[in-house]
Amino acid sequence: MVSIDGKGNGPCLVCVRNLDKIYTRGSEEIHVLQGLNLEVDAGDFVAFMGPSGSGKTTLLNLLGGLDLPTSGSITVAGDEITHMSAGKLTSWRARHVGFIFQMYNLIPVLTAFQNVELPLLLTRLSKAERRKHVETALAVVGLADRMYHYPRQLSGGQEQRVAIARAIVADPTFLLCDEPTGDLDRKSADEIMDIIDRLVKEYKKTVLIVTHDPRAAERARVILHLDKGVLMEAVKAGA
Amino acid sequence: MKSFRLVWANLRRKKVRTTLTIGSFLVAFFLFGLLAALRMGFQGGAGAAGADRLNVINTVSLILPLPFSYRDRLLQLAGVKAVTHATWFGGIYQNERNFFPQVAVDKDTWFEVYADYTLTPEAREAFLRDRQACVVGRSLADRFGFKVGDRIPLRGTIWPGNWEFNVAGIYDGSQPDADTSGMYFRSDYLEEQRAFGKGTVGWYVVQLDDPEDGVRVSKAIDELFSNSPFETLTQTEKAFAASFVKQMGNVELLILSIGSVVFLTLLLVTGNTMAIAVRERYGELAVLKTVGFSDFRVLKLILAEALLIAGQGGLIGLVLAKAMIPGLSRALPMLGVLYVSPLTFGLGFVLALAVGTAAGLLPAVGAMRLKVVDALRRV
Repeated sequence: MVSIDGKGNGPCLVCVRNLDKIYTRGSEEIHVLQGLNLEVDAGDFVAFMGPSGSGKTTLLNLLGGLDLPTSGSITVAGDEITHMSAGKLTSWRARHVGFIFQMYNLIPVLTAFQNVELPLLLTRLSKAERRKHVETALAVVGLADRMYHYPRQLSGGQEQRVAIARAIVADPTFLLCDEPTGDLDRKSADEIMDIIDRLVKEYKKTVLIVTHDPRAAERARVILHLDKGVLMEAVKAGA
Repeated sequence: MKSFRLVWANLRRKKVRTTLTIGSFLVAFFLFGLLAALRMGFQGGAGAAGADRLNVINTVSLILPLPFSYRDRLLQLAGVKAVTHATWFGGIYQNERNFFPQVAVDKDTWFEVYADYTLTPEAREAFLRDRQACVVGRSLADRFGFKVGDRIPLRGTIWPGNWEFNVAGIYDGSQPDADTSGMYFRSDYLEEQRAFGKGTVGWYVVQLDDPEDGVRVSKAIDELFSNSPFETLTQTEKAFAASFVKQMGNVELLILSIGSVVFLTLLLVTGNTMAIAVRERYGELAVLKTVGFSDFRVLKLILAEALLIAGQGGLIGLVLAKAMIPGLSRALPMLGVLYVSPLTFGLGFVLALAVGTAAGLLPAVGAMRLKVVDALRRV
């Protein structure tokens, strides 16, 4: 269940309460998010849509612990992250969040295998264990045969699949996707959304996605519209 | 280090830039090795100078002589164990470019006082037997191919004429930086053949009973000959060697100045290169932080890159210097014994790492402080 009324109907995986984010440019204050409430249960697939500048990416950054809110609280799997120190937030991020970006953001000097392995370098897994995890993640996205290719040797769709493998390799609590199909053609975009679909349905992953693409948003169970920093409505996909 | 592959991959990202930066360290530390060796060479073994030896020279100038009669008076002083003497000859072997030091020494006492020069008993005996005998240092023998029994002709400059010497032996030094580029011959041969300056010597070397007694004995010697036509200046062998070097200018300051300029330039060039390399990768560093790399870990990654560049360049430069300096020493013997000691090598390597750390520190701190959200916006 996804709720934006802030009434707190029960235990939730992601609980956002009265979230405000204000940027200051000179003497001007820009209210990017205003009193936002959100509850997302484990296994949900939520799409955030809205015009540019509506605060979608800011919300994603806050949920992923990349930025701190001006006020309000975010609790993920029982951890209140808004008051964590930078160091704790970094290790929390490594444990709980998988990020997928529009531009893939792979390290160009590393192979697909090495890119996917990056989050595991922070764990205590042995080399053999890391290899097993990486191979599994690459197999899930259908790139087991491209393991030793560099990003420049892959298509855009394949690069994004490597990015997904990197996001899931450490088995995070939830995935945050920022326009994952924004730089891809229709066919590749559908393939990426198929993989994300599978992660939700087969692997019971919780996914929060920001997109401008209605076809990508339709895959989500719930679409939330964000406008001028306010969550406007919750619509069940297909309703 | 699990992240080593990442560091290594980053170094290979711009191969030309990395090679050039390593190259600048290589050149700088080759120069460091060379300058350190030159410094040692100019010191003329001052570092290895005997702590129990004093040199007595004419107080006006090193080139003015002292009377031979001083020898016995020196021997009578309390605290003096032995006295020997030497005279600079300044002959030319074949042509001026073949310069090497030639010194006339007392046949009976010189190698007693300078026990750190080693001669075989046969050579010692031959030196004592033949008035025209000489002994040559190992590096001098190697340079001109001198062998025992060879005849060395010299053209005198201070004492004109053709002088001939028989090689009685080849001496070595007990220390690796010992100067073996010279030739010693018998002072009685010089005394017999020279047209002027008879009854004088160039300088005396006084061996002490107790090395701690140097100050007192020096003072006693200079007081003994004060108000005489040949007043003396007595100093430790180390100070004597240093004053010899000072005749050529302040080599130490020159070397230090060149070294400082080179290292400052290296620091600026490498610092700038590292800063550019980090700035180009802000997006990637942000991704690393996003997946959970801590700020400190990112700092360590950048510093590791800087250290690898500096370490490789410094090491290759020092190894090249160590390999090439013996050849240089042979080609330019007037520079003395050029030698990269293990201490110089180690110091150079530590210095390379220190310069690398200093050059990488600012970019690394910048990367550490990088805000993920800001950096991701630039991607």
